Parts: sequence; structure tokens; C-alpha cells
Amino acid sequence: MNLGQHAFFIVTAYAAVVIVVALLIGWVIADHRRQHNILRKLEAGGVQRRSARQAAASS
Amino acid sequence: MSLIDLANPSRFLRFAGRAMPWLAALTAILMLAGLYQVLMAPDDYQMGAVVKIMFIHVPNAWLAMFVWGVMSIAALGTLVWRHPLADVAAKAAAPIGAAFTFLALITGSLWGRPMWGTYWEWDARLTSVLILFLMYLGIMTLWRAVDDPSRAARAAAILTLVGAINLPIIKFSVDWWNTLHQPASVIRIGGPTIHASLLLPLLTMAVAFSLLFLTLHLAAMRNEILRRRVRTLQLMQAATA
Repeated sequence: MNLGQHAFFIVTAYAAVVIVVALLIGWVIADHRRQHNILRKLEAGGVQRRSARQAAASS
Repeated sequence: MSLIDLANPSRFLRFAGRAMPWLAALTAILMLAGLYQVLMAPDDYQMGAVVKIMFIHVPNAWLAMFVWGVMSIAALGTLVWRHPLADVAAKAAAPIGAAFTFLALITGSLWGRPMWGTYWEWDARLTSVLILFLMYLGIMTLWRAVDDPSRAARAAAILTLVGAINLPIIKFSVDWWNTLHQPASVIRIGGPTIHASLLLPLLTMAVAFSLLFLTLHLAAMRNEILRRRVRTLQLMQAATA
């Protein structure tokens, strides 16, 4: 494939999309792990939401 | 499961957990199919190979506006129906919309330099999209500035609806003003003016990017629900300490 004399602009545009999309995916995954870990620690420490307490009491 | 059932955050979390792997796989398949079509697409008779930038610029530009549209509907959900997931959806969409708008500006600039001889021109289309990007940043700052999510949601919803005025301005800027940016060539009365050999890869990439948004949005909404649960538990912990 020959991108011609403007190859720099084409490659840079696609590279920008790859980088930004990768950052978005990485941010979403990292944020999920962070929130999940904090939630687990809080629940392990005995702090529970009202709905979780009710569910545990009824089972 | 009906749509109304998803209003319950716990049910939404279960739905998102089941749907996301399938959506992510479908996005990856369509993205690869789109990129293959881009590689096989012919050069434009005027632009040459630079037309390949169109396949990423146009989907990002469409999504930049579409995501604000989603946020506007969510804003109505917050203000009118007080839907429990509406402000979660709006808050989760903002950074993704900002990223798509940023990419539309960057790829447009890289397309403009070889075609127009300049990276930037203060014409109506480019300027109105830059304003959209700044509005995304403003909304994200507002969400961070106000501690209470319900108070932040109402302020952000009002700002989002006011900002929605910019969407028709962006769309019709090329018709209302004399701009360097070309007029609409896909979504227009009279049908697309692009040859099928270029239109097909463009539409495939547009669907792939839309699915990417849907996947990322579901994931970001799930994170936001977890963040609010963390906040609630931390407040309960502080109250009992």
C-alpha cells in the first residue's frame, strides 16, 4: 500500500486514534478495578448498604 | 428483562456484566472488518491516499455530536423523570464524548493541512466543534467541582440542555456560513455523494465506533454506580466512626 507524499498525516491520524482509544479502554478498566477493590475492602470491614443487609437477613 | 427493569442499578449491573463481553467482541470484529475495507479502498481521484483519514475523522465527528445528544436525553431524564440512571449515564458519557471530539479535531486538522494548506481555520464548523469540546470539558469540571452527585446532576443537566443548541449549529454551519470545511456528503437530502467503494468502509467504521461507544459507555456507567456505592458506604462509615 502506497500512502503517497502525505503518509505522515495519515499515519499520525490513525496513531492518534489508537492512542486515545487505548487510553479510554485503560481508564475504564483501571477505574473498575479501583472501585471494585475499595468496595470489597469496605464490605470486608463490616460496612454494608441497607439493601445488602436486608438481603442477608432474609436469606 | 424489560427496559424499565434496567432502571434498577443492581439489575443494570447484572445486564452490563453479561452484555459487555459480547459487545466488546462485536466491536473488535467490526473494527477489524472496517480497517480491512479501509486498506482495500481506492484512493480518491482528488485527495489521493489522504482520503483514508476520512474513515476515522467522520465517525469521530458524528459520535462527538451523538454523545452530546445522548447526554441531552439523559439530562431530560434527570430533570423531568428523575430516572435513577439518567445522571449516571450523562456523567459516564462526558469523558468518552470529549475523547471523540478531541479525535475529530485532531484528525480533521491532520486532514486539513495537506488539503487546505493549514491545520486550523476559524471557520464556523471548526470553531463550533471546538466549542463542543470545551463544553465537554466544562461538564466534566462541573461534575468534579460539586461533591453531592444529585446537586451536580441537576446543574450538569441544565448546562447540557443549553449546550445542545450547539448541535444544529455544528450540523448546519457548512450551509449557513461560507466555510472552508466541505458541506455534508453522507447525511444529506438527495443521498450520499460518495462512491460506494468509499462509502461502505466509512459506514462500517461508523458502526464499529458506535459499538465502541456503547461498550465504553456501559463500562463507565457500571464504574459510576460502583463509585456511588463506595461513596455511600464511606459516608456510613464516617457516620458510625
